[in-house]
Amino acid sequence: MYKILKKRTLCEKVNEYVIEAPAVAKHARPGQFIILRPDEEGERIPLTICDYDRDRGTVTVLVQEVGYTTMKLAAIPQGGSISDFVGPLGNATELDGYGNVALIGGGIGTAVIYPQAKHLKAEGRPADVIIGARNKSLIMYEDEFRAAAKNLYLTTDDGSYVRKGFVTDVLKELLDSGKNYDCVFAVGPMPMMRAVAEMTRPYGIKTIVSMNTIMVDGTGMCGGCRLTVGGETKYACVHGPEFDGHLIDWNEAINRGKVYRSEERRHVCMLTGEKE
Amino acid sequence: MAIEKKPRNAMPVQDAAVRARNFEEVALGFDLETAQAEASRCLNCKAAPCMQGCPVSVRIPEFLRAVKEGDIEKAGRIIKSTNSLPSVCGRVCPQENQCEKLCVRGRMEGPVAIGSVERFVGDYMLNVKSEPPCAPTGKKVAVIGSGPAGLTCAGELSAAGVEVTVFEAFHRPGGVLVYGIPEFRLPKRLVAAEIDKLKEKGVHIELNTVAGKTVTIEELMEEYDAVFIGSGAGLPMFMGIEGENLNGVLSANEFLTRVNLMKAYDPDSPTPVIHGKNVCVVGAGNVAMDAARTALRLGAESVKIVYRRGREEMPARKEEIHHAEEEGIEFVLLTNPVKVLGQDGWVSALRCIRMELGEPDASGRRRPVEVPGSEYDIPCDTVIIALGTSPNPLIKNSFEALKTAGKGTIVVDDDMMTNIDGIYAGGDAVTGAATVILAMGAGRKASKAILKKLGIRE
Repeated sequence: MYKILKKRTLCEKVNEYVIEAPAVAKHARPGQFIILRPDEEGERIPLTICDYDRDRGTVTVLVQEVGYTTMKLAAIPQGGSISDFVGPLGNATELDGYGNVALIGGGIGTAVIYPQAKHLKAEGRPADVIIGARNKSLIMYEDEFRAAAKNLYLTTDDGSYVRKGFVTDVLKELLDSGKNYDCVFAVGPMPMMRAVAEMTRPYGIKTIVSMNTIMVDGTGMCGGCRLTVGGETKYACVHGPEFDGHLIDWNEAINRGKVYRSEERRHVCMLTGEKE
Repeated sequence: MAIEKKPRNAMPVQDAAVRARNFEEVALGFDLETAQAEASRCLNCKAAPCMQGCPVSVRIPEFLRAVKEGDIEKAGRIIKSTNSLPSVCGRVCPQENQCEKLCVRGRMEGPVAIGSVERFVGDYMLNVKSEPPCAPTGKKVAVIGSGPAGLTCAGELSAAGVEVTVFEAFHRPGGVLVYGIPEFRLPKRLVAAEIDKLKEKGVHIELNTVAGKTVTIEELMEEYDAVFIGSGAGLPMFMGIEGENLNGVLSANEFLTRVNLMKAYDPDSPTPVIHGKNVCVVGAGNVAMDAARTALRLGAESVKIVYRRGREEMPARKEEIHHAEEEGIEFVLLTNPVKVLGQDGWVSALRCIRMELGEPDASGRRRPVEVPGSEYDIPCDTVIIALGTSPNPLIKNSFEALKTAGKGTIVVDDDMMTNIDGIYAGGDAVTGAATVILAMGAGRKASKAILKKLGIRE
């Protein structure tokens, strides 16, 4: 069992969990992920590591309530335990060698770029950070990023905070105003990451994205996470989770994310009592 | 003196039409009387050719005699002295190619059903208290992976007084015995019971621990006197044909893991699985049979095995092919997929080409050759690929000093030791995808070498 040392709600349906997992914390690096199961009968869900503290032996993950398993997880209080927590899986982010980096976070993906922002700041080359959310209440980690970023740019889809627009609008304006980036690292929903990759393509800026695919084991055994990158089949769990956004077959990747959608909907209905 | 004719006792099975829709065990097992009758068919040959066929050299005539005499516990101890998982082996070993193939009775009315008797004894032993291990030696060994290789190695070492910790990546121990082999061939409670026996003996199992990730090989080398890597086979192979990443195409590994380990056969399980109506399974090994029969049990209307060679070349056990056929699995042989067709992102058909057999290839089997212009489509909504695996790069990537062969399998010497002193390996991680019993044989061989290396046993 793995204890939930701290749990706080960051915004509607998004909780931050600080989990006691010393072995994972000891080996974790930015960009890697974990797989957890809330309870004995639970499903295995992959989540990107948001933060870790080797001294305290803790790993922080952010979970949005989107389905059966994440809703069950949300019902476990601080001080409670989850049955399984395995990691760190996948490869760490490689941002070495890039002078000017832009980190872009969309929705819950914002949490994933936070360790990168901290890491780059610690290395003395803080990054520009662009964060987008549907509305003001969904903006997260604002203070943390303000401390870690060179410049922080916020945007909301509905204009309820700072400005209206998507992260790609902000990025385009920055590029057109003469900003120069050697690398863009974007994490968020697949359509957002695709939009960023399409935006940077004509500029020839290296664009790295983190693929949150379907998976079971996370160690290369099931192949559920496979995607086409540069014409080759890759496994997000052992070859990724980060890939060159310009080389990904996005239509395929987005389609594959829907494989179990109808079953998942049925499971949520079982929990909420809603009719299908 | 003429040898008395005694027909082989058949294994009772669930009726095909009934079992095709449930996950209960297909083979029902012998009762005491049948087990004794079957054991009494053993001719007790002096040379015991059967033992030559057993990768772990079970003393077959001896245990059969004990069964014949009604001392099942004695039979169990004889088997367990060289085979730590008899209830598993009695079910999944390809006996027809091993011990039973060499049985002298095989030239008469059929070989002694050694596997069926072993299964009977193995199940009996689950309720017998295990022998206490030797006095602690003070030595510690880390075992990576809790599949057949790892469990065997751990069991042997622990019995010799070694403190063993097994590291398992999944949340449940057992490796392929729990995620791969379906309930209807190997009930999970048996695997759990065998593992409980090991725990009783003092084997410690760390779940949720991916060697090379959660704990590094270097860390293990520091803390333990030796390390055994039994991490199993790796990445499922796909065909590399167009349409292979459409929704509805999945590896047998993913399909079986969802159903077996994650219990997706239960509609209440939160883990989803595709319930195909018309399913094509590509490949004809044991895993392909398992996937096809599982799809049928999940409610498929039609399940087809698509295989590029002929009936004789199918690598699955004869018994599994026979069971599958009885249950209504269709065999589309001498047929090779060339493209997966899709509609709205989902599989709609599997385009295949007919094949004919040409000259023998490197494997000695006749090479299948395409018949030009013979393409045709098999309408289906699910395609399960069961073409084997390629070694997992995970351990190698995290520990580059470890020597691997061209394809990525771990290289070992005659003692199962890798190029790193004190690190041993065995099972699918070394051989590529093979059988449970070969993995167990490797685990046992490595345990002997480790005991010798640590100065515990010559």
